[in-house]
Amino acid sequence: MSALLMPILLVLFGLAFPLGWLQPPAHAHLLAVLSHPLTRLALFGLCLLSLFHWAHRFRHTLYDGLQIKHLNEVIAVTCYGGAIGGAVAAAYLLWQVP
Amino acid sequence: MRDRITLRVARYRPEQESEATFDEYDVPCPKEWVVLDGLNHIKDRIDGTLSYRWSCRMGICGSCGMTVNGEPKLTCATFLSDYGRGPVRVEPLRNFPVIRDLIVDMGDFMRKLVRVKPWIVRHVEKPLSEGEYRQTPEELDDYKQFSMCINCMLCYAACPVYGLDPKFIGPAAIALAQRYNLDNRDEGASDRMEVLSEHEGIWGCTFVGECTKVCPKNVDPAGAIQRYKLSAAVETMKSFFMPRGA
Amino acid sequence: MTGQHQYTEYHPRWLRQPVSTYWWLQQRSYLAFILREASCLFVAWFVVYLLMLVRAVSESEMSYKQFLGWSASPIVLLLNLVSFFFIGLHAITFFQAAPRAMVVHVGRRRVPDRVVGAAHYLGLLAASGIVAWILLGA
Repeated sequence: MSALLMPILLVLFGLAFPLGWLQPPAHAHLLAVLSHPLTRLALFGLCLLSLFHWAHRFRHTLYDGLQIKHLNEVIAVTCYGGAIGGAVAAAYLLWQVP
Repeated sequence: MRDRITLRVARYRPEQESEATFDEYDVPCPKEWVVLDGLNHIKDRIDGTLSYRWSCRMGICGSCGMTVNGEPKLTCATFLSDYGRGPVRVEPLRNFPVIRDLIVDMGDFMRKLVRVKPWIVRHVEKPLSEGEYRQTPEELDDYKQFSMCINCMLCYAACPVYGLDPKFIGPAAIALAQRYNLDNRDEGASDRMEVLSEHEGIWGCTFVGECTKVCPKNVDPAGAIQRYKLSAAVETMKSFFMPRGA
Repeated sequence: MTGQHQYTEYHPRWLRQPVSTYWWLQQRSYLAFILREASCLFVAWFVVYLLMLVRAVSESEMSYKQFLGWSASPIVLLLNLVSFFFIGLHAITFFQAAPRAMVVHVGRRRVPDRVVGAAHYLGLLAASGIVAWILLGA
């Protein structure tokens, strides 16, 4: 999921708009898009999957890369806990869109 | 093209020392010689105490796997002329305990192989009167690639996960399990699932892909593992949602 | 015989080389693997960035404009540029890996890996096109 949607979102919001290559959408238009329930659902799905993808891969990379298996529980809690925290934050923010 | 080359060979003499050392040997280098020819020359003419395994010298027995200049290779399939002026560093296969010189212990793999039941498992045998188990060429193609494994262990030497966690069941064992799972004559997929679904089974693999890179027979164990991960996940979902249905 | 198996497993004279903590620096392919896995960090960063954008848009036009301004600052820009490379790497390696895991059969024939990979890229193009059209066009 993140491989399909992130590249374009990053190019637009991370590079094209700030650098002035393209005109950023008007606030009203963006708000309209964002408040649509489908957008909110899609964004939430994207955030949820991406965060858990990160948690899983990062946990394994720490194991394999740095061989710190003895910190097993700490790593697992930090990674998955972080992902859950992020997902909750995403849900809250997306719910709050007027 | 030089006609002689230096081989730096790892030596380990357990009765005399507790660490590995390197000995250098100057061997002739005709253009068709492989590393194994060089080792044989050393043993026959220079230093008879060098110990190593080899057998068929043609890439089918899987005995002569060693680490050549840092990469796991079959020494009977690695040409000395590919290494230019040398020196060529020959060490025992990585991630396995070294018994002596270039000989490693493969007991760990042997025990893991038995656990995945690498044979046709039938819950109900057909009587002889019903004839053979038939298989079309397409059905053969489904698993043929994974049947080419010669148990040479280069994939285990290349796998960083196996190096870090020796309990990991490893690429060859999973590829061989898949060879039987995908064989239409076999009925043992569920038997193997228990062993493979352990934490150190397929889920230990992080798809580094080194195993496929070094495999001399193009078995593609990495592909086998990822396919099995997908089918195991699907199986789990199916049993979760349809416990008796599927 | 079984008694001897127990003993030989921990044979004191066998040489076991420990794996260095920097094993991933010793071969280019290992380093490439770790970088691929590290790309997930930038995925997480972008999620945070997206959520900040959502919050800015929800608050007011002013905060949206402020966000756009902030995203043009050199540090953020650099971070996003690096993220772009890593997220690109993530997508490319993912599409390379997908055909190895997904073996699709059409009838009796197996769909070749290239086609499965190509289908993923097409999906990326389609998704990108749709998103761009929603944000910029309509």
